Amino acid sequence: MQLTLFLIFAVVAVAGAINLLVQRHPIYSALSLVTVMGALAVEYLLLGAEFIAFIQVIVYAGAIMVLFVFVIMVLNAGEVARHPRSKVAAWIGLPVLVLFGVLIVGQVYGNYHQNTLRMGEYLVQTGPIGQSLFHQYLLPFEVTSVLFLVGILGAVVLAARRDDVTDKKTKSVAAGR
Amino acid sequence: MVPLAYYLALSAILFCLGVAGFIFKQDIITVFISIELMLNGVNLAFVAFSHTLRQIDGNIFVFFVMVVAAAEAAVGLAIIIAVVRNRNTLDVDQMGVLKD
Repeated sequence: MQLTLFLIFAVVAVAGAINLLVQRHPIYSALSLVTVMGALAVEYLLLGAEFIAFIQVIVYAGAIMVLFVFVIMVLNAGEVARHPRSKVAAWIGLPVLVLFGVLIVGQVYGNYHQNTLRMGEYLVQTGPIGQSLFHQYLLPFEVTSVLFLVGILGAVVLAARRDDVTDKKTKSVAAGR
Repeated sequence: MVPLAYYLALSAILFCLGVAGFIFKQDIITVFISIELMLNGVNLAFVAFSHTLRQIDGNIFVFFVMVVAAAEAAVGLAIIIAVVRNRNTLDVDQMGVLKD
């Protein structure tokens, strides 16, 4: 039962990831990533990580991907025109990447093939996560809030129109005179 | 019953596909989406190990990875908006000011 569910959603996740690479328009890539995230949320539920599964759907697939789709819409992003790139990179890079993947999977399989996971054996509920977050990981949590604040300020500063800012400055200077 | 190795293999495959997207795609937004795909692959490994070792820390790490990903997405997309406004292209190959 668990193996069947795992395999179904693993195939969905990998198919979504491959579709992300194949599609040429960024909006299709973003929607493929939403598919991957939904499939991974089911995998998290199978692993008993309820909290992570739900914030995966709400925060990741909801908030972050809406931000991506919104930026694609604002920039009116379309397909980038194809132009020739380095052939050597493609002919060497792809096999090296495949080799890298095979090596990781082989290493992982060799080291951990005796461990098996059962559904419902270890359930992580929200309560223990909150306990751990506000006791053992309190400092990282607070540092994260500072990181968020700096991130928001940085995003506002970077996305603000420069000419508007200079216009306002010159206007205020002119008004002061 | 699912072997832990299956979860880790899925995680590694998603990570490698993310690396492939990061390297091969020409579109700056898709490059950024590939980074999110890599983060998702790593998160799956964290949760699988958390379940195997019966430790809650893996879930906490995933929480922090998600928070950092959210901050990174906000800043990164703002950078993309600024770059596109200044250079008027989404093509990563045309963004070579430091190289030229």
